[in-house]
Amino acid sequence: MLGNAFLLAFRALRRNAMRSVLTMLGIIIGVAAVIVVVTLGSGATRQVSQQVASLGSNLLMVSVGKRMGPGQVSGAEAFKLADAEALANDVYGLAAVAPVASGSTTAIYANENWSTNVSGTTDAFFSVSNQPVAEGRLFTASEARLGTAVCVIGQTVAAKLFGQQNPLNNRIRLQKLSCEVIGVLKAKGQSTMGTDQDDLVVVPLRTYQRRIAGNQDVNLIKVSVQDGQDTEKVKHEIEGILRTRRHLASTEENNFNVMDMKEIAAMLSSTTQTMTGMLSAVGAVSLLVGGIGIMNIMLVSVTERTREIGIRLAIGALENEVLLQFLVEAVVLSSFGGLIGILLALGTAWGLSGLMQVPFVFQGGIVLTAFLFSAAVGVVFGYFPARKAARLDPIEALRHE
Amino acid sequence: MADHPLLALQGVTKTYGTGDAQMHALAGINLSINPGEFVAVMGPSGSGKSTCMNILGCLDTPSSGEYRFQGVNVGGLTRNQRALLRRHYIGFVFQGFNLLNRTTALENVELPLIYRGMDTATRHRLAKAALDAVGLASRESHTPGELSGGQQQRVAIARAIVTEPALLLADEPTGNLDSKRSVEIMELLTAINRDQGITVVMVTHEPDMADYAKRIISFKDGLIESDQKLKGYLC
Repeated sequence: MLGNAFLLAFRALRRNAMRSVLTMLGIIIGVAAVIVVVTLGSGATRQVSQQVASLGSNLLMVSVGKRMGPGQVSGAEAFKLADAEALANDVYGLAAVAPVASGSTTAIYANENWSTNVSGTTDAFFSVSNQPVAEGRLFTASEARLGTAVCVIGQTVAAKLFGQQNPLNNRIRLQKLSCEVIGVLKAKGQSTMGTDQDDLVVVPLRTYQRRIAGNQDVNLIKVSVQDGQDTEKVKHEIEGILRTRRHLASTEENNFNVMDMKEIAAMLSSTTQTMTGMLSAVGAVSLLVGGIGIMNIMLVSVTERTREIGIRLAIGALENEVLLQFLVEAVVLSSFGGLIGILLALGTAWGLSGLMQVPFVFQGGIVLTAFLFSAAVGVVFGYFPARKAARLDPIEALRHE
Repeated sequence: MADHPLLALQGVTKTYGTGDAQMHALAGINLSINPGEFVAVMGPSGSGKSTCMNILGCLDTPSSGEYRFQGVNVGGLTRNQRALLRRHYIGFVFQGFNLLNRTTALENVELPLIYRGMDTATRHRLAKAALDAVGLASRESHTPGELSGGQQQRVAIARAIVTEPALLLADEPTGNLDSKRSVEIMELLTAINRDQGITVVMVTHEPDMADYAKRIISFKDGLIESDQKLKGYLC
């Protein structure tokens, strides 16, 4: 009986091929929207977690001021090199501590100039922020201590200043400082916040303080915690030491901030997931609208095909056979639409993930769900029109014009 | 054969509506048709002949009285049982042909066989044979839109006889056709009745067409006005 219903349904759909395609369009778009959003969303989530991994494991950022970003409290006293040294000596379980003083400066080489971020730091910086060298070498601990005029540059700076030339052993000018390029860092791409992590020049901290900034300030201390250590506990220890060193009374709030990059990562990926969820909901609504479209077309079709139904009933079709035929028509429309939607979505998601530089993550679960949902839409929204068709009176139906 | 009429109506009435608006479409019909008969049903519109045809075709049931089809009381059957009865014993031919549009002649003829659950090969063979029998073997892949009225009616007849029914009900089969096509259709129905022994009951307005039948029943005001048996009819 089901085989017959399929045969009859396919013949009926073929007779109205154009209408069948248009009806499917609603489902195609709905399914495609949901899958594209979820696929790109999970790609973005994966990208965030990859970027977090690239930040360096177990990284804590100790910055001046109460909070990062807008609303930062100004006027708080900057750190000194001694603060970083104190942390390195007194906090148990740290892998490395890198004090960073940085600012925006124009780097000049020959006729080229490029406004970039210059960081003065120690040799620990490279391991803490997980930035290995691609060419040349990094500066050593003694160079950092002595404050020699050397620098390591990021890929973006290398490209902007030197183009195709080899930057190594050339001297670039940073304000009054002329320093020799001894290394180029490996490309790291965009950060989670969307900034270019390759657009930087790294010089020894002492060189930066003396020759560029002209003070002893350190804006940021990057701390990497040893594997297996409780980041939360380390964070509290750091806070304790810095409060003492900055002479804060117990009633005063911290005028510095210790940020766990893992927390930020978690926050960012939960934001991405929320966005994905919301966009999927929009897609699901369009899927629902597609389902209503199917019901609408099936109802129109039952009215338009009243005479045909009359013929079938007169010839001896049972109520259930007519019901099943119309139900199968609806389900074939919706699930075939779902299938096309899936193919369309995978193609689109693949293309868009390339454009948006997000990894393409195939989500079998959502593909299956979308397909089952579209088939279910056919059953749910096809049932009412199908029942209407099955209950027609053959005499009335045959008389219908 | 006279002992077992194919269909028998006993005091059949059919009323529509209630109260003052009540209308007696059939006012009490007694009728018996034997296997192999070719009956023409005549009468003005509103005389009850269409209602009678609907009851004979098991599309409708009497308000009172009894209709027995091959001895089975149709009034006691459910809607689905009547559908099965139609599927296996009754073929319909309509004035307006009632073919599925945008569907080939072959697929139209196959339709009742699909509902009988026949396999594809048998279905094709029987449908082709039926189209051949109505002289349309070369038109099996034509859709109704590509066929003339006479050809469409022949496809409809093929669809009705492909299941080899006991009863063929034809409701003004020549009503939409010119006289030449009408004659062709009547000759076809006569041949079906004669060669296959299928009982034919046909409604018509035209006395010329009724003359092809062996028995003419006239309706008036919900009653049978006359029942003539023609051409050396033996009973």
